[in-house]
Amino acid sequence: MLELVNIFVKGIFIENMIFAYFLGMCSYLAVSKTVKTGFGLGMAVIFVLGITVPVNYLIENYVLKEGALSWLSEDFAAIDLSFLSFIMFIAVIASMVQLVEMMVEKFAPALYGALGIFLPLIAVNCSILGGALFMQERQYASIIEATSFGLGSGVGWLLAIVAIAAIREKIRYSNVPAPLRGLGITFIITGLMGVAFMAFMGIEL
Amino acid sequence: MSTEVKEVVEVIKEPSEPLFSKKNRTLLTDPLDDSNPITVQVLGICSALAITVQVKQAVVMSISVLAVMIGGNLIISLLRNTIPSRIRIIVQLVVVASLVILVDQVLKAYVYDVSKALSVFVGLIITNCIIMGRLEAFALANKPWPSILDAIGNAAGYAWILIAVAVVRELLGSGTLMGFTIIPSAVFDFGYMNNNLMILPPMALITVGVIIWVQRSRNTKLFEEH
Repeated sequence: MLELVNIFVKGIFIENMIFAYFLGMCSYLAVSKTVKTGFGLGMAVIFVLGITVPVNYLIENYVLKEGALSWLSEDFAAIDLSFLSFIMFIAVIASMVQLVEMMVEKFAPALYGALGIFLPLIAVNCSILGGALFMQERQYASIIEATSFGLGSGVGWLLAIVAIAAIREKIRYSNVPAPLRGLGITFIITGLMGVAFMAFMGIEL
Repeated sequence: MSTEVKEVVEVIKEPSEPLFSKKNRTLLTDPLDDSNPITVQVLGICSALAITVQVKQAVVMSISVLAVMIGGNLIISLLRNTIPSRIRIIVQLVVVASLVILVDQVLKAYVYDVSKALSVFVGLIITNCIIMGRLEAFALANKPWPSILDAIGNAAGYAWILIAVAVVRELLGSGTLMGFTIIPSAVFDFGYMNNNLMILPPMALITVGVIIWVQRSRNTKLFEEH
């Protein structure tokens, strides 16, 4: 149980998707003009990461990995399909996003209203594919650990986008040098926030 | 995908224009400055920041992106009239993912150490917004030849920012370029020290921020209203 909490907290602070790996920067920069939209996209990312990471974990461990197919028959024990992992992961992500969108629309119209426009954007958000690839690289022991990692990285991403959106709302009233306005200052602020987040790096969990 | 893409997609109709007409040349030169994929269109930031610790990685990454972009733009442009628009995202993802698998296998075979260092970022070329962005904004509406030029132009615009950031970070962070020592050891005797902060992730963001600052001071039409 403690292990799960560790993975979750690590995903939020120490291995933050934005500040440590720069994943999902494109939507992070484009959708962070107001806190409201930033929060919406952040929730959608948590939602989709929480679903796709465990699904990709199953695919990795029961289809792609070397010897993963041995549950079918002993003859398949030597098959290694891991070179197909990119295309499998991205197909899973694209179809899960589509499926999630339809289910949310049917069963939770209010949530769909809030997340609606952001869900399709998610399929091409690097943090989702990045989550799947890190899951593959780090070889989590069970599907629960993988889920905990997915949710933790999602919460970390939400934290980052809400923080930058709040700062951008305020910075509108400051006198930023003209060439730095907009994109430039956002980069520099994110860098400074990253320096602050590095304080968590020394924590051993 | 960015909402800040400013460029208007131009559809090129002339059937018999020369290969390097003026219009085609701007496809190559525009992305270097006025519509640079990283600093103006805000596409493909993730990889640009993460793999710029060393120049070697940045060069390998740029070449990989160039290869995938040319292939992707060419294939999508050839298929543009047969792809139903409802499923175009999936089609694009499948084409790009297959090309990335090829690139990944080639890297693993020939430059294994760099491929290990790039780790997940080779796979992330699939969701690199430059590729999807250019497929969506250009290749779907244009003939193969302009699409190839557009791919080369954008990959070059991406590459120069990547390599510029990597040169700054590697030179100041480890005193080397492409792995060769540049700063002589005599300088270290006078008390010069490598700035280890440059190797850490946040400095990539600040370096790109400064590049944007320099570029926009020169090119005043890129100013933004907050």
